[in-house]
Amino acid sequence: MDQVAQFINENILLIYLLVFMVILGFEVISNVPTILHTPLMSGANAISGIVIIGGILLMRRTAPDDILTILFAAIAIILGMTNVVGGFAVTNRMLSMFKKKK
Amino acid sequence: MYIAALVKLAYLAGALAIVWGLKFLSSPATARKGNILASIGMGLAILTAILEPLEGSYSNYHWIGISLIIGTLIGWYKAKTVQMTEMPQLVSLFNGLGGASAMVLALIEFSKTGESTLGIGAGVILISTLIIGSVSFTGSVLAYLKLDGKVDDKKVTFRGHNMVNNVFTVVILAVSAWCLLAGEGQYMMFGWILLVLSLIYGFSFVAPIGGADMPVVISLLNSLTGISAATAGVLFDNQIMLVGGILVGASGTILTILMCNAMNRSLWNVIVGNFGGSAAGGQAVTGTYKEVTASDLAIQLYYAQRVIIVPGYGLAVSQAQKLCQELDAQLAKNNVEVFYAIHPVAGRMPGHMNVLLAEANVSYDKLLTLEDANEKFKGTNVSIIVGANDVVNPAAKTDPSSPIYGMPILEVLDSDAVVVLKRSMKPGYAGIENPLFFMDKTRMLFGDAKDSLTKLVQEVKSVAG
Repeated sequence: MDQVAQFINENILLIYLLVFMVILGFEVISNVPTILHTPLMSGANAISGIVIIGGILLMRRTAPDDILTILFAAIAIILGMTNVVGGFAVTNRMLSMFKKKK
Repeated sequence: MYIAALVKLAYLAGALAIVWGLKFLSSPATARKGNILASIGMGLAILTAILEPLEGSYSNYHWIGISLIIGTLIGWYKAKTVQMTEMPQLVSLFNGLGGASAMVLALIEFSKTGESTLGIGAGVILISTLIIGSVSFTGSVLAYLKLDGKVDDKKVTFRGHNMVNNVFTVVILAVSAWCLLAGEGQYMMFGWILLVLSLIYGFSFVAPIGGADMPVVISLLNSLTGISAATAGVLFDNQIMLVGGILVGASGTILTILMCNAMNRSLWNVIVGNFGGSAAGGQAVTGTYKEVTASDLAIQLYYAQRVIIVPGYGLAVSQAQKLCQELDAQLAKNNVEVFYAIHPVAGRMPGHMNVLLAEANVSYDKLLTLEDANEKFKGTNVSIIVGANDVVNPAAKTDPSSPIYGMPILEVLDSDAVVVLKRSMKPGYAGIENPLFFMDKTRMLFGDAKDSLTKLVQEVKSVAG
């Protein structure tokens, strides 16, 4: 229990951020028309590729002779980047079809 | 000091762009802008992560550069070449990659723990990143394989599957607790065990879910990937990962619930419901059906006042969207009003059908939502159902034993006549019998949607003279 209390005391700002981001996430999405569900899911999916930042930071902190970690970090970056670029590109492709026509 | 502040501001700007981008993405008028804004935010975050001064940094820029280029090329190529009908699979696959990325990061962090002791907070974060990332990875890959038709729903499930999944959940939680409380010095071993368990669980979790529930699962997995990105953000003490991850986690959860609501099912029901799997319940339907020829139908359509087309996934797989648009154009010559009734779960994802019809140049204002369509069916002369099945199944209203009982449907029976374009009398994707086909108002036109529509367009042309 002590550890939990300590964790809360030390990370209260983090917890605030967490709670408010959840509310923001809920707010942003409610009232989305069905027609946009697929592009929205795909766009959100691209955003979850933000995990790539971790890969980059890890790579920069890894000594060049630690080949195993370098390889893993490279995999993390490649996977993340594929998610990011592919996600945004495919969302854009979908949305470009929704231009109003007469 | 100034540079450190600048870095923090750059991340903040990136986070703002992502939040705003997602906000814009949820409205039709600004969606495109939103996507671009979010991608700019992401670009800014990546650039900042590359350039920020880091203590004990070895740079390794060549490695970073190569990895970024490889990822960009694969992502770009897949996004440009994918068929729009295969969109749901691709989103699922991309999502799995994000999860895998988080999983790899967590594994490396595990390997760095060495002899040190993890606090409860740090431990929970690290373990969650590993578990959620892995589950999202294998779950998404199986969802991809299922949607792509590479894996048959029935081959990956067995009796008591949900029980096994429950046991898995308990075991994973128990191992996690053990690792936290008594894992000192052996964290890496626990990491491997949790990795294997979570990877298997990811497969096992998605295995019993099939049919029309797939989009819900993809959305759920998407929000899981977001959560794993957020927990990885705590690991790396990086706020933008945290913000982006939670945002996706929260919005993904809401989107999942919205989708469940559209089908009038609870999320729990989807996960344990076995919908479309082995248990295709509901009363058996028997009776006789009546056929109609393309030429008769053409006359009926040409002299109608209002026609509503109900497209389903069957239309998309036979790539017949453009033919619908052609038929529509021919009928317009005789002032027939043509609309398209889009059920929220038509296609393989909510909104998927809108994307497919938009690709075929069908005008945006001809697409009716479920509510609008149900008002318009009264006074409609002919409803044409192309490759749709469950979304027009009256059993959803009348038969409590049907697996789709309670799902709102398109009330095609309110129109004067119903024509079903269908390959054969076989039940649809979810394996549920449809009494609509045997009703007095209904006529069947058998054949591949593309062939039938081609014939129909020609017949309408000849009627028009």
